[in-house]
Amino acid sequence: MQTPTELKYASSHEWLAPDGTVGISDFAQDQLGDVVYVELPEVGRVVTAGETVAVVESVKTASDIYAPASGTIVAVNEQLAQNPELVNSSPYGDGWLFRLDVTEEGGDLMDAEAYAAANG
Amino acid sequence: MTRTPETPLKRTPLHAAHLRAGARMVPFGGWEMPVQYAGVKAEHEAVRTRAGVFDVSHMGEFRVTGPDAEAFLQHVTTNDVARLKPGRAQYNWLPNETGGLVDDLYVYRVGPEEFLLVVNAANIEKDWAHLQRYAPGFSVGLSDESDRWGLLAVQGPAAELLLQPHVDVDLSAKKKNSFFKATLLGFPVMLARTGYTGEDGFEVFVEAGEAGALWEKLLALGLSPAGLGARDTLRLEAGFPLYGHEFAEDLHPLASSYTWVVKDKAHVGREGLRAAPPVRLIGLTLERVPVREGYPVLLGGQPVGHVTSGTISPTLGHPIAMALVRTDAAAADTFEVEVRGKAHPARRVELPFYRK
Repeated sequence: MQTPTELKYASSHEWLAPDGTVGISDFAQDQLGDVVYVELPEVGRVVTAGETVAVVESVKTASDIYAPASGTIVAVNEQLAQNPELVNSSPYGDGWLFRLDVTEEGGDLMDAEAYAAANG
Repeated sequence: MTRTPETPLKRTPLHAAHLRAGARMVPFGGWEMPVQYAGVKAEHEAVRTRAGVFDVSHMGEFRVTGPDAEAFLQHVTTNDVARLKPGRAQYNWLPNETGGLVDDLYVYRVGPEEFLLVVNAANIEKDWAHLQRYAPGFSVGLSDESDRWGLLAVQGPAAELLLQPHVDVDLSAKKKNSFFKATLLGFPVMLARTGYTGEDGFEVFVEAGEAGALWEKLLALGLSPAGLGARDTLRLEAGFPLYGHEFAEDLHPLASSYTWVVKDKAHVGREGLRAAPPVRLIGLTLERVPVREGYPVLLGGQPVGHVTSGTISPTLGHPIAMALVRTDAAAADTFEVEVRGKAHPARRVELPFYRK
């Protein structure tokens, strides 16, 4: 299971990159199974850390995605409308979900080591 | 006995084999069961295009014997058991007094005075108590053989081709809903040409202690292990109602189109089943967004029902759902389904969504 060290991780399995990009972890995509639909937030929406901002649906279930930081949504991954399976195949790359202009990080973010230990 | 969340989950004889095959295990009807191995889509496709094998050992088996076995089953079920010849199986319902369902089940006629019932895992204790309650007055013996049997479902268009070289019976001569004793890969089994995926296939009854070894040999033949996730998407594409979703104690089962399961005879709950169902089971398709159990179904902006099962169909590539809607609304061609506060257009389609 990959856990890139340059990212921070929420206990609810979202990752946050230094540039504000957000996705879900390799562990999370594996647990979800085949992703078939992603509902993304509107660009421009102001969100608070911990707020539900997106939904990732696998064949079996719908899972809420929470903002790992407070800020404004400045971009969403339009590719996921046609290719939601990118979340499975490239959770840290082409499967990113949205990008935040971060004003404040959430309180529970972990580094890669702590996240990997918590989900080993 | 009512099962509480604290009750330890039961395990089938294949538990260790599932872990070896990389299964993700989940609680299901009081059992710890594999939801997927390689992935739901891959397992679904394997069953639609070739063949897969499911562990359905969690299902219950009751044996009914005695001079009144047929009369007893005629009384407690809705289908006509008297039509069954030995070696033939039948889909059937176990109604309650008010016309809801205690369970849906398969009835196998072993002999003139001997039947095997296969019931849903979550309902084993309830069904057993229900049958016990009606048994007095009939010369009938009931035995719960649920722990005796491992049950494997080999399903898919290549099922017969893959099994035939390893079984001592001509499978091509066996029609749907027939069952028979055989030796499969060296194991004494009972094979039934039945299943719940919409594909051809066989259900394999094997002594519980031998189920693990048989499972491994079936995988070695090239059968893909398939979990509950694929079982659910397959049965939903095939339009098969599932107890706990489309059937329940307080749901009129004739809301489904399975009117043929109720024959004109005296049976428990007959009066309740004669009343017209207030809701009807329909099929819906949507463009993009998957809809799940419990989501409201709207007609002209007004709620008229709810989704009972929904997923994105792996075969069709778009969302499909079954829903119970008010009978007076059921004939409409277009509905909306509310997803996270937003209404999405849905088109009513005839069930099943997929026919092989």
